[in-house]
Amino acid sequence: MVQYVWLIPLLPLIGAFINGVFGSRLSKTTVGVLASALMGVSFIIACSIFVHIISLPVHERSIEVSVYNWMTSGQFSVDINFLVDPLSTLMILVVTGVGFLIHVYSTGYMHHDKAFWRFFSYLNLFVFFMLMLVLGGNYLVMFLGWEGVGLCSYLLIGFWYEKKSASDAGKKAFVVNRVGDFGFILGLFLLFWTLSDSGIHSLNYGEVFAHAGSIDPATITIITLLLFVGACGKSAQFPLYVWLPDAMEGPTPVSALIHAATMVTAGVYMVARNNALYSLAPFTGEIVASVGIFTAFFAASIGLVQNDIKKVLAYSTVSQLGYMFAAVGVGAYTAGVFHLMTHAFFKGLLFLGSGSVIHAMSGEQDMRKMGGLHKHLKFTSTTFIIGAVAIAGIPPLAGFWSKDEILWEVFEKGHIYIWITGLVTAGMTAFYMFRQVFMTFTGECRADEHTKHHIHESPKSMTVPLIILAVLAVTGGVVGIPFFEEGTAAHHFLNSVFSHGAAVVNHQGAAAHDSEAIYGGLEFILMIVSVCVGALGIFLASLMYYEPMKKYAPSFWKAEVMASKFSGLYTLLYNKWYVDEIYDACIVNPIKRACAACLRFDLGVLDGMVNGAGWLTRFAAWLSHKFDIYVIDGLVNSMATGVSLDGRILRRLSSGQIQHYALVFVLGLIVIFGGFILGY
Amino acid sequence: MIFNNAAIMQTLNVNLNAVAPVALMTVLAIVLMVIDFFLKRENKFSLGIVTLIGLVLILPVAATTVDPAPAFGGMVIADAYAAFFNVVFIIAAIFAVVISNDYLRKISSERGEYYYIIIFATIGMMVMASANDLVNLYVGLELMSLSFYILVAMRRSATGAEGALKYFILGAFSSGILLYGITFTYGFAGTTNLTEIARMGVNLSSANHYLLIAIIMLVAGFAFKIAAFPFHLWSPDAYEGAPTPVTALLSVGSKAAAFAFFLRFFGGAFHEFHAHWAGLLWILSAATMLVGATVAIQQKNIVRMLAYSSIAHAGIILIGVVVMNGFASAGVMFYMFVYAFMNMGAFTVVALMARNDGTGKSISDYKGLAGRRPVLAFVMALFLLSLAGIPPTGGFTAKFFILASAIEARYYWLAAIGVISTVISLFFYAKVIFYMYMKEPDALDDMAPVTQAPSTLAYNIIIFITAVSTMVLGLCPTPVMDMAIAAVSHL
Repeated sequence: MVQYVWLIPLLPLIGAFINGVFGSRLSKTTVGVLASALMGVSFIIACSIFVHIISLPVHERSIEVSVYNWMTSGQFSVDINFLVDPLSTLMILVVTGVGFLIHVYSTGYMHHDKAFWRFFSYLNLFVFFMLMLVLGGNYLVMFLGWEGVGLCSYLLIGFWYEKKSASDAGKKAFVVNRVGDFGFILGLFLLFWTLSDSGIHSLNYGEVFAHAGSIDPATITIITLLLFVGACGKSAQFPLYVWLPDAMEGPTPVSALIHAATMVTAGVYMVARNNALYSLAPFTGEIVASVGIFTAFFAASIGLVQNDIKKVLAYSTVSQLGYMFAAVGVGAYTAGVFHLMTHAFFKGLLFLGSGSVIHAMSGEQDMRKMGGLHKHLKFTSTTFIIGAVAIAGIPPLAGFWSKDEILWEVFEKGHIYIWITGLVTAGMTAFYMFRQVFMTFTGECRADEHTKHHIHESPKSMTVPLIILAVLAVTGGVVGIPFFEEGTAAHHFLNSVFSHGAAVVNHQGAAAHDSEAIYGGLEFILMIVSVCVGALGIFLASLMYYEPMKKYAPSFWKAEVMASKFSGLYTLLYNKWYVDEIYDACIVNPIKRACAACLRFDLGVLDGMVNGAGWLTRFAAWLSHKFDIYVIDGLVNSMATGVSLDGRILRRLSSGQIQHYALVFVLGLIVIFGGFILGY
Repeated sequence: MIFNNAAIMQTLNVNLNAVAPVALMTVLAIVLMVIDFFLKRENKFSLGIVTLIGLVLILPVAATTVDPAPAFGGMVIADAYAAFFNVVFIIAAIFAVVISNDYLRKISSERGEYYYIIIFATIGMMVMASANDLVNLYVGLELMSLSFYILVAMRRSATGAEGALKYFILGAFSSGILLYGITFTYGFAGTTNLTEIARMGVNLSSANHYLLIAIIMLVAGFAFKIAAFPFHLWSPDAYEGAPTPVTALLSVGSKAAAFAFFLRFFGGAFHEFHAHWAGLLWILSAATMLVGATVAIQQKNIVRMLAYSSIAHAGIILIGVVVMNGFASAGVMFYMFVYAFMNMGAFTVVALMARNDGTGKSISDYKGLAGRRPVLAFVMALFLLSLAGIPPTGGFTAKFFILASAIEARYYWLAAIGVISTVISLFFYAKVIFYMYMKEPDALDDMAPVTQAPSTLAYNIIIFITAVSTMVLGLCPTPVMDMAIAAVSHL
C-alpha cells in the first residue's frame, strides 16, 4: 500500500488541473463533486496507509518511497521521494481529512460565487502542495511544497480581488512570507554547504539527520535559527504574524483550511521534522519557545477586544500556534504535534462555524451586530460552543488534553516562566472565546431588520462537516490521554520519529524521569489548576457578556466601564499594539522610498553625472567666456567667440541620451581600471 | 605550377565537416535571398515557411556535428560544446521565425530581408560558439551584431529607430573596446589562437599589465553583449524598440553566444589567470544581479521589465563563469538552454498580447487575463514563475545548479547575493501574475488587449512547446545536464 503514497498528492493535483482548465465549462455540481471526491479518495488512501503503518513493528515505521530521480549532477543527487513515517502519516490524515470536510463545506458556502471553479482549482492545488510539504522525503521537496502553499495562500486570500482590502491582504501575506522564506532558503543553503563540506551530497532527511551530529554547534544554531525565521513567516509568529489577521479577507473555508488547520502549522511541522537538528541547538530551542509563548500571550491579548468574528479567531490561531512553538521549542515535539492535530479539529470547526454565522447574517462579521443567533442556528451554535469549550481547555474535550500536555511538558522541563505565561494565556483564551460565544449566540439580536429577516440555518453540506468536526473536537483527545502504562497513545505512535531528538535531550537531562510517581501526582494537580484557570476565564466572560449572569457581576465588571477605566490599555489592544503602524513607519515606507531611489539612481544620478559633466564644461566655458569678456576684453575677442561656441556644442551633446549611456560605459571602465590599478 | 589541392587542404586542415552547420545556414540564407527576389509583398510569409523548414532540417546536422579536433588551421573547433550552443541558437531562431509571421503582419511590416537577416544573426552566433581564434570570434560577433542592428530597426517607428541607433552606436563602441582587448592579447601572447594562448599561459608573468588591460577590455566588450552592469543601459531601449520576436532572439541568442565564448575563453585560454579575472567578474555579477532585479520592480512596460529581468539573469549566469569548473560551466549551459525556452515562451505571450499599433505592452494590459484567457494566463504564469526560479520549473533547477556550484566552490557571498536577487525578482514577476489573476481589465470594450489577442496555430504550438519544455526541464533536468557535463569535459 505504501508504494502508492504518491497517489495522495497526485489526486488533488489532477483535480486542480481539470477544474483549472475545463472548470469554466463544467457545471458547479460537477466541479464541487469532482474536487471533493478526489479529496475523499486521497483521505481513504491516507487511512489505509495509517492502518498499514500501525500494523508494522515500531522500528520499521519509517519507509522511504522514491518516485523518480529528479536531478543528478556529479556526486549530488535529488530524488522526488516521500517519507512515510508516523509524523507524516498523522499530517496527511489531518490534511486530507480536514481538507475533505472543508471541500464539502465549500460546495455549500461558495455556491453563489461566480468563480466557483477557480476556487476549487486553487483549493485542490493548495492541498497538493501541502501534501508535498508534509510527505516530502528531502528538503527540496519540502521546499517545493513550502513555496507552493505560499503561492496558493496568496491566490486564495486575494480570491475576492474586486475588494481592495482583499488584494492588499494577499500582497501583505506574500511580502511578509517572502521575508520568512528568505531566512528559510538561507538556512537550507547553509545546511547544504555545511554537509557538502563534510562529503555528504544528499538532502534526504535520513542522511542529513544521521550526520547532524558532526556539524559544529555554532553552525547548527545558525541553521536552525534561519529555518525558524521561515517558520515564523509561514506560521505567523511574532514579529511576522501581521499577515494572518489580514488574511481573513479570504473566503471563510480558506481561513479554516489554510489559515487555521494546515498551512500555518507547516512551521511547527518543519521544526518537529527537524527535531534532530533542533535538539542539537539548545539556544535555538530557547528562542523558539520564547518567541512562541510571547506570541501566544501577545495575540491572545489582542483577541480580547476584537469585534470582528473572524479576527478573534485569527488572533486565537496565532496564539495557539505560539503554544505549539513553545512545545517544540522545549523539546516536547509530541505535545506540539498533538496540539497541532487537535487544533486542526477545533479551530477548523470554529472557523467553519463562523462562516456559517456569516452566511446566515448576509455577510456581516461584526459581533456587535449579532446576538441571539442560537434560536435560529441550532446546529451551528451547538457545534461552535463545542469548539469553544475544546479550545478553552475543559476536559474531556480534545483541546484540554493537548494544551495540558504542553503546559505539563514545559513545567516538567523546568521552564517556569513559560508555564506561567502559558497558564495566563489559557485563561485569556477561555475568556475571549466565550466572549465571542455570548456576543454571537446569546442575548438580543442586534442586527437590522433586513438582515434579521434573512437569518437561516446553513444547508446540509455545511452543517454535516461541522458535526463531524465537532465529534472530532470532542473525541480527538483520546490519543493523548496520559496515565497509560507506556505514556499516551500519541507518544507511543510518534516516538520513533522523535527518537533522534529525544536521545540527545535525554542524554543531557537524564535526571528528569527519576521519580515518576511524584510527577504523576503533580501532573494531576497542574491539570486541575489549568482547568480552574480555563473555567475562571469562562466565568469572567459570562459575567461580562451573558445576560442572565450580568446581574451578579460587580459594578466595575462591565465591558464599557472597563474600556473607559483602562482606556489606554484598551486602545492599545484594540489597535493591535500599533504593530502595523510601526511596520509602516519603520519598514514599508523606507523600502518604498529606497526602491524609488534605485530607479532615480539609474535615471537620475547617472543622468545627473552626465549633466553635471556637461554643466561643468559649460560653466568652465561660461567662466572663460566672462573672463574673456571682462578681463581680456577686446584683446582676444575671436577666441571668446570660439569658446562660447564650444559651450553650446557641449550643451547640445549632453542633452541626448546615447552620450549618457556611453559615458556610463566609459565611467564603468574607468572605475574597473582604477580598481585594478589600486589592487595591484 | 601545379597546385596539389589535397596537400593544401592538408596543411590548412580544411575540414569542411567542422563547418557543415554554418555552411548549410549560409546556403539557406542565400536561397532565401534569391526566393525573396521573386516574391510579391503579400506572399512574403511563404519565406518564413521556407526558413522554418530549412532550420528544422539543419537542427539535427548541428546537433550531430561533433569533431573535437581544431580545423582550418586551428580557427574553428566543432566540439560537443559548440554543438550544444548551436542547438540553443537554432531552437531560438525557430521560435523567433514562427512567431514572426503573425507579428510582422500585425505591425504591417512584412519584409523578406527580415528572415534571412535572422539567419545571418544566427550564423554569427554559431561562428562565435565554435570560434577557436579571437579573429574568428570577432567576425562572428560583428556578423551577429550588424544583423541585430538591422533587425532592431525593422519596426520603422520612433522607438524602433531610437533603440536601434542606441544599440548601434554603443555596440560599435563596445566592439572597439573588445578589439582593443584582442589587440593587447595579441601583443603579449603573439597569437590570437586560443589553443596557443592556453599552451603558453604558464609562461606569462602574473604581473603583466598588458594582460590585465586585455582582460578588462575583453570583459567590458562581452559584458556589453550580455548587458551586464554598468554596460546594460542600451538593452531596455533596444528591447522595447525592436519587434518582439527580435527582442526574444536578442535576449536569448546574443546572450547565449556571448556566454558560449566567455566560457571557452576564460575557461580555456585564460584559465591560468583565473585569479585575475574572477574578482572582476565577481563584482560585475553581484552588481548586475542587484541592479537588474531592483530596477525591474519599477518598470511599467512588460518588455522593459523583461529586459531588466534579463539583466538580472545575466548576473546569475555570470556566477557560473566566476566559479568556472566543470559543474559550473555545465550549469551555465543548462541555464542558457532553459532560458531559451522560458524567455521565448514569455516573449511569445508578449508578442501575442501586443496590439496592431504596437501598444498593449504595458503590465496593466495584463489585468484580468486569467478570466478571459485562462490557458494563456496559466502559461504566462508558468513562464514567469520559471524565470523567478520557483520549483518545479526549469528556471528553478537552472538557478539551483549555478548556486550549488558556487557554494561547492565556496563563493558563499556571491551565492547569497544570488538568492537575494532571486527573492527580490519574485516581486515583479508576481506582480504580472497578480494583475492577470486578481484584477479586472481597465477597459471592458473590445479594444482591450485581453480580449483582442488572436491565437493562431503558430502561437499555440510555440506556447505549447515552450511551456512543456519549461516544465520537463524542471522535473527531469538530468538528460540535458548530462549532455552539458559531457560537452564541458572536453573543453
